[in-house]
Amino acid sequence: MDISRLTRISAYAWRIDPHGEMRVPSIIYANEDLIQAMDEKVYEQVRNVATLPGIVEASFAMPDAHWGYGFPIGGVAAFDPAQGGVISAGGVGFDISCGVRTLHTGLRREQIEAVKSSLADRLYHQIPAGVGSRGAIHLNDREMNAMLAGGARWAVERGYGRPEDLARIEEQGCMPGAVPDEVSAKAKKRQQDEMGTLGSGNHYLEVQHVVEVYDPETAAAFGLYGGDMVVTIHCGSRGLGHQIGTEFLKDMAIAAPRYGITLPDRELACAPIHSPLGETYLGAMRAGINCALANRQILTHLTRQVFAEILPEANLTLLYDVSHNTCKVEEHVIDGQRKRLFVHRKGATRAYGPGHPDLPEALREVGQPVLIGGSMGTSSHILVGTKETEALAFSSACHGAGRSMSRHEAKRRWYGREVVDRLAKRGILIRSASYRGVAEEAPDAYKDVDAVVDAAHESGLARKVARLEPLICIKG
Amino acid sequence: MNAPRWEHFPHQGDVGVRGLGASMEEAFCGAALALTATIADLDTVAPKERVEVKCSAPDKELLLVEWLNALVFEMATRQMLFSHFAVSIEDEHLVGEAWGEPVDRSKHDPAVEVKGATLSELHVERRPEGLWIAQCIVDV
Repeated sequence: MDISRLTRISAYAWRIDPHGEMRVPSIIYANEDLIQAMDEKVYEQVRNVATLPGIVEASFAMPDAHWGYGFPIGGVAAFDPAQGGVISAGGVGFDISCGVRTLHTGLRREQIEAVKSSLADRLYHQIPAGVGSRGAIHLNDREMNAMLAGGARWAVERGYGRPEDLARIEEQGCMPGAVPDEVSAKAKKRQQDEMGTLGSGNHYLEVQHVVEVYDPETAAAFGLYGGDMVVTIHCGSRGLGHQIGTEFLKDMAIAAPRYGITLPDRELACAPIHSPLGETYLGAMRAGINCALANRQILTHLTRQVFAEILPEANLTLLYDVSHNTCKVEEHVIDGQRKRLFVHRKGATRAYGPGHPDLPEALREVGQPVLIGGSMGTSSHILVGTKETEALAFSSACHGAGRSMSRHEAKRRWYGREVVDRLAKRGILIRSASYRGVAEEAPDAYKDVDAVVDAAHESGLARKVARLEPLICIKG
Repeated sequence: MNAPRWEHFPHQGDVGVRGLGASMEEAFCGAALALTATIADLDTVAPKERVEVKCSAPDKELLLVEWLNALVFEMATRQMLFSHFAVSIEDEHLVGEAWGEPVDRSKHDPAVEVKGATLSELHVERRPEGLWIAQCIVDV
């Protein structure tokens, strides 16, 4: 991105001053190198978001921002319904509530190393992953609706998990306001056999170890210590969420002129929050969030079954579960007034600071864990929300590194088998249905996650707590 | 109909699919081939079974998105991959056929699912020299 068009407002914050149809400025949080590496499309997209009706404060881009559709991936924007604010299907994305959860195992590295290969094999066998995989759970219409209304709470009630898991999930595991009847029959059909599946692309299940602790006090409050083994699951709402995104993107693109909305890019398809289409989408999108929460909960259950079989001394407890692609109603202070806003986070993580009432009691004093995913061979990070982040970007932080290279280029550069062998030499076992998929997801096809995390830390969006490295990766 | 041509075009996170042909229908078939090629090597997919697809949209760009999304839906729910297509378009309506076979992971080595066709980089147009192109980004 051409940096000369930005106004530097601090070492890690850059502004695009309002011009043209922009209603508010755009603010990008990153250092100079990351901004220069960003695609020109990020500039265009973060600026376009600033033109949407009812947007407040600014359109934000996180340090991992990259070219999305409509919104950049790593885009955050809040809309005020009292000012004609909109809800955007493009601003949430196709993989609704795609997210990450991290579980403590209570194990040390040597315990995993002793059984690493068989643990990897059993996890790969038990966790349906990749194209063409199906889950063991088939939902009939009644159960589908119960799942869409209940999220992870539904899953726990059906025996997939523990009641204490729920406190460690955003919205306590169940997104209120979900309307299963607003989810189409096609979306439900796509999901019938996909509960408890990991998906493909950048989705994964990793067994990781804590290699570095930056903030021992916060890490201890999270129950994390150097050398600990954890499990991280990255996946989303599967076919149901994809179909909801597909259908509403089209409906909103067609309807926008009817609502008097001029779209600079049809991918910004949106509708007024208080409109029949806006409310219908909200009901369906919230059901999609519940689908993702239930899916990660079932995968947690399957993971616990494997550990119980191979390492019965393990006790998998949930540290936290965060979602990326969402729109949530939150209260934030605008010009000294507390307002109820619809906060879109597209490839961004909520990052509540210490004292937020929505955090579980055990985490309230310290702040929300912010889980930043890596890419097979690279580090993942755990950060914590800060007091400042509410004023910086509606309590938001980055979600990962983001790709730096197209899949085509990655496939041209590497063979999957080669990537697997190279990682095995570093002690990282990859299990995947597709070598081509592994090549496309090669760690070097992604941006430097450490630089992204440093930028989030330095800008005050979230504070670094610990760094994790993978030992086993089940690739979707 | 001539054999439709297809290609991928670069996108940082996802994949651009593009079909080219002497008619809009051919270009739509080419875009569908590019869609399958996102997931697996086309040469590995035998056109054994036929699936009919119908869709409609108020303009040709949205019709392309609808066509590709209809195929994504059929692939997901039937667990199939398609390697041969036929399309006829009248006004806002498309009737298409897709031939393929059930996904076989050892034979097809499918790399990645397509979540949906997007409105990004969406163009359906006839170039001055007469060649039709139909393209968009698909989210993977």
